[in-house]
Amino acid sequence: MTAILGKKLGMTQIFGEGGRMIPVTVIEAQPGCVVEVKTLKKHGYEAVRVGFFEVRKEKKVNKPSAGIFKKAGTKPYKVLKELQTSGLKVGDLVTVEGFSKGDMVSVSGISKGKGFQGVMKRHNFKGGPGSHGSMFNRAPGSIGASSYPSRVWKNQGMPGHMGSENVTVKNLKVVDVRENLLLIRGAVPGAKNTVIEIRKES
Amino acid sequence: MDMIKVVEEGYKRELPPFNIGDTVKVFTKVVEGDKERIQLFEGVVIARKGGGIRETFMVRKVSFGIGVERIFPLHSPSIDRINVIRRGSVKRAKLYYIRTKKGKGAKIKEQERRTPA
Repeated sequence: MTAILGKKLGMTQIFGEGGRMIPVTVIEAQPGCVVEVKTLKKHGYEAVRVGFFEVRKEKKVNKPSAGIFKKAGTKPYKVLKELQTSGLKVGDLVTVEGFSKGDMVSVSGISKGKGFQGVMKRHNFKGGPGSHGSMFNRAPGSIGASSYPSRVWKNQGMPGHMGSENVTVKNLKVVDVRENLLLIRGAVPGAKNTVIEIRKES
Repeated sequence: MDMIKVVEEGYKRELPPFNIGDTVKVFTKVVEGDKERIQLFEGVVIARKGGGIRETFMVRKVSFGIGVERIFPLHSPSIDRINVIRRGSVKRAKLYYIRTKKGKGAKIKEQERRTPA
């Protein structure tokens, strides 16, 4: 599995083959550094712990995490992420070069927060008629039957907090790979400057 | 935002500058089967919309008495070249009003050439 963390910069359009317009998300992915290698023997599984988003001022790293980077002998990073790959050593760099044009990737990130929302926006309920004396506009309506089951079923859609949750979009195409930059066709979860994970499932 | 501009800049094209009211010839590449040929569309630029790589322009011509309008993405690689035939002098950024005009009303005054300094 090839994976990298990046920062969503925003969307734009580019021209592809035959003058076709392609909507793309631009993701900035600076190289990450392997901080720790987890082995089957010691930890029970194989993975590497990679630091992303270099911290320039050492003062900004708190003491517990500063210890991790001191032990590894690397620069301090803002985000630590475990990637399930093997064959990397401490100090190795994880870069966008693991991806190439035409790859299909999965992209995960925290979606935009929508706050407290009603059932129409949150669960795609139909709502009621807008006019003609209707007093049932955006309400959820009945939430269950009476004597049986005498309670509300689990998973009944209700108003509540929407967004700010981890969302994965699968099968997005990598349109271009540049220096620390990934262009991915289509939309990606989250607002600008959101930390997102790009994975190539093999 | 900066890197997005850099990405867009790489796809921009250099075309002769033209304005609303100008009469232009747009040569577009058309692919038919496996052959590519050049198609011509000549008319008045009646609108320019959008910015950056997204910018488009609308060209109107009257073909056999029927008005035909085409919108081209300004930086599209399928535009081979653009020739500006006539500079028009107009007071509006969008010339949608000429759709309802006929004959003299649909005419656009030619811009007087600025004397070279």
